[in-house]
Amino acid sequence: MTAVASTVTIRVLLFASYAELLGSDSLEIVLDIPARVRDAVERLRAFPGGERLPAKPLCALNLTQVTPDTPLRPGDELAILPPLSGG
Amino acid sequence: MYLTADPIDLRSLLAQVQSPRHGGIASFLGAVRDHQAGRSVIRLEYSAYQPMAEAECARIVREAEAQWDCAVALKHRIGTLHIGDVAVAIIAASAHRDEAFAACRYVIEEVKRRVPIWKREVFADGKVEWVGSGEGRKRGSGELGSSEDGVEVAGSSPEKSVK
Repeated sequence: MTAVASTVTIRVLLFASYAELLGSDSLEIVLDIPARVRDAVERLRAFPGGERLPAKPLCALNLTQVTPDTPLRPGDELAILPPLSGG
Repeated sequence: MYLTADPIDLRSLLAQVQSPRHGGIASFLGAVRDHQAGRSVIRLEYSAYQPMAEAECARIVREAEAQWDCAVALKHRIGTLHIGDVAVAIIAASAHRDEAFAACRYVIEEVKRRVPIWKREVFADGKVEWVGSGEGRKRGSGELGSSEDGVEVAGSSPEKSVK
């Protein structure tokens, strides 16, 4: 039997208004491979409170901004960023 | 470190960029204002994605220093700030004033556009709203902010509590 993993586990970070929507600022999700950023967002939108997340929020993968097409790898840290309001 | 939970020490920020070569020094301070769109604000609460915010601030400072032959000092506060508190401070020093003003302006605009920092306004009537999220206009329905193509988005609010 092969031991090839069929899922990928990533860490999701939520901030500001999005953390309030989901009631958490950090959670782990498991996705079927191949998984992309958009799949993680879709999963989050299915969580209680997650329906108010936009379909295409600003996202950063391992501290760099990414598009919804970006593939996810085990151990990735995906941050979902509300509209920025520093300054 | 570009982010700090403590009050910003302007004297030490100035010392970072002063040099015998620098004859023009420009600064920008963003302070907490007591009103927003006709409503009375009593404080702001800042939070950040700290490792990414530090990296982005460093990139912005490097860009400004490369473009204008200047030295730039930058600090942004996080945590709870009260009316009049300095939330962000930028000091740019160059041989002449034109470069210093240009670098200072560039840095504040890019900080607002690119650095993952968020603030919520606490109003005198007890309401609390995240700036730029569309709260108040879309309360109870709709999506809280969206980036159509995955690139930077500025806050959707036409005015900010810090100028």
